[in-house]
Amino acid sequence: MRSILTPVAALAVAASGAAAGDLVINFDDLNPGPKQGFEDAVELFKSENPDINVIVNINDREAHKTAIRNFLTADAPDVTSWYPGNRMAPFVDAGLFQPVDDVWEENGFNEDLAAIKPTMSRDGKIWGVPYSYYQWGVYYRKDIFDKLELAEPTTWDELIAACGTMKEAGVTPFTIGTKFLWTAAGVFDYINLRTNGYDVHNDLTAGKIKYTDERIVQTFKNWEQMIGECGFVDNHASMSWQDAIAPFSNGDAAMYVMGNFAVDGFINAGLTEEQIDFFQFPEITPGMARAEEAPADAFFIPANAKNVEDAKKFLAFVARADVQSQWNKTIGQLPVNAKSEISDNKFIQEGFATVSTAAGLAQFYDRDAPAAMAKAGMEGFQKFMIDPSTMMEVLERLDEVQAEVYE
Amino acid sequence: MAVTDTGTQSKQSWLKRNKLTVTPWVFLAPALCFFAIYVVIPIFESLWLSLYEWNGLYDADGNSTAVWVGFDNYVKLWGDPKFWTSLVNNVIWLVMFMLAVPAGLFIALFLNQSVPGMRLYKSLFFFPFVISQVVVGLIFGWFYNPDFGVVGSLWKAVYCEETVNIVGNLTFRCSAPVPDILSSETWATYGIILAGLWPQIAYCMILYLTGLNNVASDQIEAARLDGAKGWKMLWYVVLPQLRPATFIAVVVTVIGALRSFDMVAIMTGGGPGEGSTNVLAYYMYETAISEYGERYGYGSAIATVLFAIMLVYISYFLHRMYQDEKGGH
Amino acid sequence: MFPRPIEKSSPARRVGYQAFLPVALLIWLLPLLAIFLTSIRSAVDINSGNVFGWPSQFRMLENYTAVFTQSDAAKYMLNSVLITVPSVAISVTLACLAGYALAIYRFRVALPLFFLFVAGNFIPFQILMVPVRDMSVQSGLYNTIAGQFLFHAAFQTGFCTLFMRNFIKALPFELIESARVEGVKEWRIFVFVVLPLVRPAIAALAVLIFTFVWNDFFWANVLTQGEAVKPITAGVRALNGQFVNNWHLVSAASLMAAVPPVMMFFLMQKHFIAGLTLGAVK
Repeated sequence: MRSILTPVAALAVAASGAAAGDLVINFDDLNPGPKQGFEDAVELFKSENPDINVIVNINDREAHKTAIRNFLTADAPDVTSWYPGNRMAPFVDAGLFQPVDDVWEENGFNEDLAAIKPTMSRDGKIWGVPYSYYQWGVYYRKDIFDKLELAEPTTWDELIAACGTMKEAGVTPFTIGTKFLWTAAGVFDYINLRTNGYDVHNDLTAGKIKYTDERIVQTFKNWEQMIGECGFVDNHASMSWQDAIAPFSNGDAAMYVMGNFAVDGFINAGLTEEQIDFFQFPEITPGMARAEEAPADAFFIPANAKNVEDAKKFLAFVARADVQSQWNKTIGQLPVNAKSEISDNKFIQEGFATVSTAAGLAQFYDRDAPAAMAKAGMEGFQKFMIDPSTMMEVLERLDEVQAEVYE
Repeated sequence: MAVTDTGTQSKQSWLKRNKLTVTPWVFLAPALCFFAIYVVIPIFESLWLSLYEWNGLYDADGNSTAVWVGFDNYVKLWGDPKFWTSLVNNVIWLVMFMLAVPAGLFIALFLNQSVPGMRLYKSLFFFPFVISQVVVGLIFGWFYNPDFGVVGSLWKAVYCEETVNIVGNLTFRCSAPVPDILSSETWATYGIILAGLWPQIAYCMILYLTGLNNVASDQIEAARLDGAKGWKMLWYVVLPQLRPATFIAVVVTVIGALRSFDMVAIMTGGGPGEGSTNVLAYYMYETAISEYGERYGYGSAIATVLFAIMLVYISYFLHRMYQDEKGGH
Repeated sequence: MFPRPIEKSSPARRVGYQAFLPVALLIWLLPLLAIFLTSIRSAVDINSGNVFGWPSQFRMLENYTAVFTQSDAAKYMLNSVLITVPSVAISVTLACLAGYALAIYRFRVALPLFFLFVAGNFIPFQILMVPVRDMSVQSGLYNTIAGQFLFHAAFQTGFCTLFMRNFIKALPFELIESARVEGVKEWRIFVFVVLPLVRPAIAALAVLIFTFVWNDFFWANVLTQGEAVKPITAGVRALNGQFVNNWHLVSAASLMAAVPPVMMFFLMQKHFIAGLTLGAVK
């Protein structure tokens, strides 16, 4: 029977078998790169702390999302990976994580990790330590831009003008696949951040601003302009983000608002690194401080952890500049620690330049807003993208959901 | 209580004496245990849970974090447009799905012949029912796909011409955009139902084929002698004899329509937009355990409504069975 | 016979009917045919929009092999077997026992209990979702093979008991009575008198439950996460995400998922239909 009682039971067995001096860590990524990065870091930690017996449980990302809801109560590890922003809120509110302000204080993280601090905080305390994040922005076909003699647009007007040129040449400016909704939230977040700034993003996802607020309406008006004068590929609602790579790689569409993980997809679709490039989402409101989307991965200490002392050692370790440099080179993402070094991949370089100089870092609409709000919001975004004339109907509906979710 | 008691075993042990009272419970115990744990008790737990607000979490000491809210979840349901959309879609499913019954009958009548190879034809017509709904959903999802699917290809053949795009790759320029059925708030539900009808029609067909096998041929012949034929014969002579088949066909079709989940999950995930193809079964899943859900109490309230609707049919079915049981003995 | 046998019609109608049959079948199975053709095409055909035309190359072997080598399809198939077979065995066993008790013994709650099984078989299983999932998580059965087949076995017991009870009820009761008079123990009556007689019912139930459980998608979603214990139905959906734009591979995987129940159906057709149409004749 034991052999078929896989992951959850296995975790339970491993965790309950832990003795003093053991440090149990649950990690959430089985993909080769991320797994390698984590295991390398653990090896280094072991060699620096030979007296700590590290026990590692690595689970698939989706499985982890369910398992954590159980193991935090039943068989807590000493450290677990999880996500900041609103994704950590239910666990913080249920008293399942413990605050780690002291780790930040003692290791100077308040300065080195300053940009990410707001999203790691809730109720005035800090709840975890990030080890990696990645940038979002506009990926584009450099060869098409060159052919049309277009430069990377830095302002909204330049973007709209560039779109005009593309459309004349028969190129659809943007590709996107909104079947699973979240991609539309990336576009919304950027237009909103550029129109209204970081504070409005946070106030909106925190439920302090209504969706029919004139600032949000302005965001939608800009979006409507983007749909009308730039335009997205047809049938985007029936495509996943991977499906939407097809028109991009075929040269039918020239730009894609995406996270850096998509580069792999572009390469797999047959594009070369020379054919693609990256620019920051252009400025909309002149002079608005530039905030970016940069979803982070982090480590947390469960309230029921048995070996809190060593758990804090591990948290301090994973946020160290040298550790983050090496780890993120392995996984092809950006280190959060401002003192870290980065690899010479051009997208990582540009990403680091983008994120490290940002005035604020958003975690993404569906991590910053509560789950029920995020779901309704993204459905509304998709509906609006299919038919922009539904704008006010969508916004009014979101106000209703907001009133209920944040009551 | 016990049926047979020959009256000779008064000196035997209690167990022996009550053999016929105890034995059925021994035979029943395993099935009852399983059924109680996995079916009966959870139903009541769900009803109870629908009165709570709960995100499924237990606190650090293992206590549930559920909060009693009384009938709040039901009040919220009343004002939730997505709930009404789902309910309306369920009604559309129910009505449209009923087409499976006459369609199944029609095909059964068409196939009720004895020409060579008929058995194989019947099997092949029944084929769609055996395939998983997931596969049916994928097949039709691809069928409808405007870019790579059958609909897209046919459309492109008529309305689009092949050209070369800016980087020299082949592409299509269309005089009218390809219809994207599953991304249309108006048509997506019908697209899914059409896919769902395919196996359901096959199911009804097999029920009717079996029913037709058992139609009393003397009555048919007698009616023929009276000059009945065609529709009249079907309506007045054949259909009354097919009533058991019709009854089962309606029952399984109603249940199929109300349980519809797989197709929605596979083909649209409830979208596009604000749950335009949602049905109660999927909405409850989405609310309770999808990535953006974790509202167990609210989900349970949706399930309770679905359960209440189904209960009407179950009661009717049980009532029929009860009449049969009484009549049969 | 209704409608009027075609042999009695004019020769023209008879030929017309026989000629139309394959055409009708072709139309009826068009979606399936299209996906089969897709599954043996090359990626080139798919990308150039050759969906209906003759495949430029036949890649059946390559595509079907690719499904197994490039994904966990083999593991999913194995999982499906590991889930389905115990589900069938347990539910049919339980139903034989319970059906026997409900059909042969007359006791006051026999009918209410029978109706309980019948009703349980028709409920929307969504109402079981949250409690069953929570219970599975709490007991460590979440994301295991056992957690899935225990549930399926329990749920299918409703239908199986309905079926079995009615089948046994229709057996000649004198057989059992005469055995009792001869002093045969109750369990021996069950094993040696009743079981041999219900063999056709067991066969019918086995194929039906096999198909139902094999094709389950909902509970695979509710009771599992990740790759390890997913059955093929949920696996095919995962492959759909993995083989993006590779419709030839998705098609091949989908068709493969359908093979076991289809084989079951063709091998046991008589029992399958007998089981499915129970109650359709009186």
